[in-house]
Amino acid sequence: MSPPAADRVRRLVESLEGVLGKRWVFHRDEERLAYSYDASLARARPDVVCLPGSTAEVAAAVRAAVREGLPFVARGAGTGIAGGSVPVAGGLVIGLARLNRILEIDLADRYAVVEPGVVNLTLDQALGQQGYCYRPDPSSQKVCTLGGNVANNSGGPHCLAYGVTANHILGVEVVLPDGSVTELGARHVDPLGYDLTGVFVGSEGTMGIATKVVCRIARSAEGVRTMLASYARMEDAAASVSAIIAAGIVPAALEMMDGPIIRAVEEFIGAGYPVDAAAVLLIEVEGLSEGLDGAVRSIESLCKARGARQVRVAGSEAERQRLWAGRKGALGAVARLKPRYYLHDGVVPRTRLLSVLQAIADAAARHRLTIVNVFHAGDGNLHPLILFDPADADETHRVHVAGEEIMRACVASGGTLSGEHGIGLEKNDMMDWVYSPEDLEAMQRVRSAFDPEGLANPQKVFPARRGCAELRADGHGGRPAGEMWI
Amino acid sequence: MAYPDFTPARDCVSCGLCLPHCPTYRERPFEMASPRGRIQLIKGLATGELTGYEALDEHLSLCLACRACESACPSAVKFGSLIESARAVLNDRLAPSWGRRLGAFFMRHVFPHQRRLAAVAALMRAYQASGLQRLFRETPLRGCFPERIVELESMMPEMSPLGEMPAPRGELEPYGVERGRVGFLTGCVMQLAMASTNAASMDVLRFNGLRVVLPREQRCCGALHLHNGFIPEARALARANIAAFEEAGVDWIVTNQAGCGSTLKEYGKLLDDEPDWAGRAEAFRGRVRDINELLVELGLRPPSGRLALRAVYDDPCHLVHGQKIKAQPRQLLRAIPGLELAEAREADWCCGSAGIYNVTHTEMSLAILQRKMDDLLSTRPDVIVTSNPGCAFQLRYGARRAGHAVQVVHVMDLLARSYRGEGAGLDRSATKGEPS
Repeated sequence: MSPPAADRVRRLVESLEGVLGKRWVFHRDEERLAYSYDASLARARPDVVCLPGSTAEVAAAVRAAVREGLPFVARGAGTGIAGGSVPVAGGLVIGLARLNRILEIDLADRYAVVEPGVVNLTLDQALGQQGYCYRPDPSSQKVCTLGGNVANNSGGPHCLAYGVTANHILGVEVVLPDGSVTELGARHVDPLGYDLTGVFVGSEGTMGIATKVVCRIARSAEGVRTMLASYARMEDAAASVSAIIAAGIVPAALEMMDGPIIRAVEEFIGAGYPVDAAAVLLIEVEGLSEGLDGAVRSIESLCKARGARQVRVAGSEAERQRLWAGRKGALGAVARLKPRYYLHDGVVPRTRLLSVLQAIADAAARHRLTIVNVFHAGDGNLHPLILFDPADADETHRVHVAGEEIMRACVASGGTLSGEHGIGLEKNDMMDWVYSPEDLEAMQRVRSAFDPEGLANPQKVFPARRGCAELRADGHGGRPAGEMWI
Repeated sequence: MAYPDFTPARDCVSCGLCLPHCPTYRERPFEMASPRGRIQLIKGLATGELTGYEALDEHLSLCLACRACESACPSAVKFGSLIESARAVLNDRLAPSWGRRLGAFFMRHVFPHQRRLAAVAALMRAYQASGLQRLFRETPLRGCFPERIVELESMMPEMSPLGEMPAPRGELEPYGVERGRVGFLTGCVMQLAMASTNAASMDVLRFNGLRVVLPREQRCCGALHLHNGFIPEARALARANIAAFEEAGVDWIVTNQAGCGSTLKEYGKLLDDEPDWAGRAEAFRGRVRDINELLVELGLRPPSGRLALRAVYDDPCHLVHGQKIKAQPRQLLRAIPGLELAEAREADWCCGSAGIYNVTHTEMSLAILQRKMDDLLSTRPDVIVTSNPGCAFQLRYGARRAGHAVQVVHVMDLLARSYRGEGAGLDRSATKGEPS
């Protein structure tokens, strides 16, 4: 770091310590390293980390960074899988873990006001005690925070029926990149004027930091049934997905897992997944209790007609929870197969599922890689995981090439780059596969309206044309390339 | 691979699913106080990327090593051996301070020697039994001492009577038909501060038709050493114990201490690079059973003495996370006629005892203990039941701090009472204040 930059960092530390107290400001080597990652493969150390305890402190932290011309990145629980909270340009990481209070729950008007560090499941459980729920349920919901959900417009298995985060956020209090505080949206639907909440949700930290989130809440369904259909052939599972949707049934969730994932998960959870199956569908229906048995029977016969070997209905809430624990722990369980995975988040039209899955299998064969699949089949949101060992440089290179081919196949099929994980650092250089320069320029102008200085989470979302080598060179010499990026 | 072994760090995909299960992260919501953060720091230590050893120690020593993260980890990262390895490396690299010298002195020269440890315990017992402790606790005298001394004094566990301190040795006949031969680990602290629980445990084994063998040469299991990175000392103790129990020719090696059991089961890994010992350590490991585990495995002979008690069971970390033993102690308690078993919401969370953690990190330990007591007492128990001495001391201290008369006992204390038929007159009112 050049001396002037070191001076700026020192001044930033001093002013942060003045506002937050030394206890909540970190800048030693090991502390910076501990904020250099999320659940993706990206790694980059910030210069300083702070954990503010109020909106005013967040605003003060943003002002302090901007005053020194240093970038800032908001961070929730660090469970993102696109590198969104990795401070690739250094600067300040503003951790929101201390802002973890549920401020208000209004059942009559159906909203809850929370701080951004509240864990998704914590809100859902607080509502659950009163017969209500918060619908979006990312697989990491027991860890990930609502602030991060807002930033990434996160999805989850149940978004098939209920929509993604954007459909459930009524308003946000935001610290803008100039350090001022404003409110977007309202506590009710359809406020007047531009839908700025809609602009902000999914902006991945490039338009400011949400410090309060107004979440739409819903009544919990009266009844729920969860089924596990197992198949000897992946094609039959894919055909069943299309058949269920074509029959006019909209399950609350419709998830697919392939054989290798099933086996890894079964070893972890022991939920009774059939380890000899080539694919399973995890299907959930919910609503008024009366209609559910009929829906279960229709789905069962549709699946069996398309080759399901067995359709098992969870007999108890505990069994249902175990099935879901398997699905939601799937990503981590994959590490039992190989040390790391590179996860994609492509979306394809449901009818093209099978051909894209074939393209993925072809890419795996061509590049001698293991690729496993767990995904939201109902809305065509694929999650192929390319497994590799970062110690193997050649394999790591092949992973990169295969990943790009898979994303090209998704886009070519009429799909897109990301269903729910965000663009972050992982997909930003692919944005121009989907958008024209004019499209990107228009988006860039919106971003600049919020952040003219470009200090709010820079180098994310938009193509940075940085390339792997450059990313690796961001002050992290001496580590194997695969650990950093692929 | 023997210690230090950093290969498990490769299995971490930094998904973060461990975060909500970490007691220290719940108190201090920053990454360095979380399992994921610690793994990254340990990686940095292992690769040489991080060399600020004092700073690393500050963060890594905050870990309870409760291994709740292991139970939560979908990638099966072996966190326990990672943190032990890191502590071993740091022990070599840190500049010696007075506190570290004192700790090392106890690890090397007191804990491995039952007689020296007994001498310390006898002093503590003398202090407690002579009335000095009462004088200290109940008069303004304590105002003359630094706060830290008063705090440490208040945490001191009650020692067993001097007459019970010498560890029993030899063989004890089974009651009834013999079903097998078990070697019993008397432990170090257990025999000095919970001697009656050891006696109860041996009785329960005998009531279940087991011959109890107590090898003379058995030593401390080395758990404290292993957990705090004193690897050579842990290895020496492991070798001594393996030889002692081999000599005894037993079917199983049994312990009533979760922490010891977890370490005994790790002897295989601990010695796997010593050609003379690897095979023997592996064979030994295969015979080790926690006492709850063995009784369920063999089929408990149902006790008949009635205990009209409402009990709540608190999982020791080294049983539930370290050995994945969760159902067995509950199953045994439910077998006691009249006993009503309540379930706490966070039974599988650490109580903050964690070996010597309550002494080295008292503030964090007490914050965790406070939550634990609130959770356990909300079930309105007559007795709190656990299965490890460290947890028992900590929970007793928690009850004293809360001014609550609840008893804290071992699963075997209750089973023995039921077997001995002493349960007949033991109802809710009779339990108050009775020593366990």
